[in-house]
Amino acid sequence: MARADRQALAARSRLLPEGRVAGPMPWIIAVMMFLTILAAAAGLALDAGVRAMGSDLAGRATVQIVEADGEARAAASQRVLAALRGTSDVRSAQPVEQARLVEQLRPWLGEEAVDGDLPIPALIDIELRPGDADARIERVRRLLAGISAKARIEPHAAFLLPLAGLLSALGWLAIGLVALMAIATGAVVMLAARGAHDSHKGTIDILHLMGATDVQIARLFQRRIALDAAFGGALGFVVALLVLVTIGGRLAATGSDLLAGVRLPWTSWLLLLALPVGGVLLATLTARLTVLRALGRSL
Amino acid sequence: MSTIVQFENVGLRYGLDSETLSDVSFSLHGGGFYFLTGASGAGKTSLLKLLYLAQRPSRGVIRLFGEDVVTLPRKRLPGFRRRIGVVFQDFRLVPHLSAYDNIALPLRLAGMEESEVDAPVAEMLGWVGLADRAQARPATLSGGEQQRVAIARAVIGRPEILIADEPTGNVDADMARRLITLFEALNRLGTTIVVATHDLPLIAQVADAQMMRLDKGRLADPTGSLRYPPRGPDAH
Repeated sequence: MARADRQALAARSRLLPEGRVAGPMPWIIAVMMFLTILAAAAGLALDAGVRAMGSDLAGRATVQIVEADGEARAAASQRVLAALRGTSDVRSAQPVEQARLVEQLRPWLGEEAVDGDLPIPALIDIELRPGDADARIERVRRLLAGISAKARIEPHAAFLLPLAGLLSALGWLAIGLVALMAIATGAVVMLAARGAHDSHKGTIDILHLMGATDVQIARLFQRRIALDAAFGGALGFVVALLVLVTIGGRLAATGSDLLAGVRLPWTSWLLLLALPVGGVLLATLTARLTVLRALGRSL
Repeated sequence: MSTIVQFENVGLRYGLDSETLSDVSFSLHGGGFYFLTGASGAGKTSLLKLLYLAQRPSRGVIRLFGEDVVTLPRKRLPGFRRRIGVVFQDFRLVPHLSAYDNIALPLRLAGMEESEVDAPVAEMLGWVGLADRAQARPATLSGGEQQRVAIARAVIGRPEILIADEPTGNVDADMARRLITLFEALNRLGTTIVVATHDLPLIAQVADAQMMRLDKGRLADPTGSLRYPPRGPDAH
């Protein structure tokens, strides 16, 4: 900025008393921004988690062959496996080893699962080719029906559908919270702008009588409030960032595959970064409109 | 001389009270020097408020620079206000601004480049004898000094009309003479001067001035053509 421009800006900004970052507004905006960033980050992380879970599970399914007779089960299992490996809908089909099934059932069924008296269904994990998973599942279901009445397919997505629904609902809740925070921030700025207008009414009257336009006067207020909002927004963002990094570290430390899916891609970080900028723009616009409206009531 | 101010049957009422100004009609000509007199409470300040567009009348027509300002949209008022300089009775300096910045206010609001502001402000400060008080805030200035800042602020933009409400109320006789000399100088340059005062010796100093007298909200001489010294028992 040229020296003359700086002088002009300084001269214009002096028309209202100094006192930026005075009063509670910057601190309220900092708290609002902190909560907004956390809510938005939660929403974005949940959305990323739901997407990851969806893409991960949509193409997977387990085929069960529920047959009490061991020999018949083994024969049906072989026929089903061959059919699955022969269809274009399935990228890979892998039988689950009986020993592994027994190990997984032992905690619930005890040693009876081991001695072979208890019939355990044969399982085949399949991975579908990319595309319309529902249509592929349906075709595989028809294929299995033609091979064995004891074979049935269980898409993995169906197991976690309620969880995905919950995460999705939480994501929408986060979006709602962000919207509410934006409204609350706007309301705070509106009250602050009205207060500033009222407390500087004497100066405003003088400026008006000297020939100042409403826009010139509103610009003084919007500049001050933009600076306050920038301070509050930056403070709230930095603190929220520290919290997010800490929580991210804790999530990673759990080692859980499910929780590992709850992470923020770089596009989400850009969106979070845009929130304080949007907050400053919102505050500036709100201040301008509020002051213009108040000025419009005077002569 | 062209008519730059015209009041026609103007009335002003605050709220539900009786009219502060009633049936006020007069014309001011460009380049004229006018005194507005009247007892306290006669309505001088109310009439000036109408003149410098701080108030709209309850009735009647006011034409300023040939345009009806009563029905003028408020977004056009700033343009008219910039053509009017006002010295308020209570000075109305911006308290947090220095004398320099107060005087520079009309120029900055008019959008003058900052590099062009300094010279006229410095000249004006010197002219009102406050060059060494340029950075002083109004609270640290005496009443007379504040009034000089207010006058400098009112005239720096070379207004077409200069309105002064009791401009000599807080200054000594010597300063009062200097102010009137200033007003006369501006008047010779073409500025129309309107001074509200009940200081008769002050009025006597300006030979060619015309006088309007308000009495209980009514103009005693509706033609606005009275010259000093006014004749008759109503004279102050």
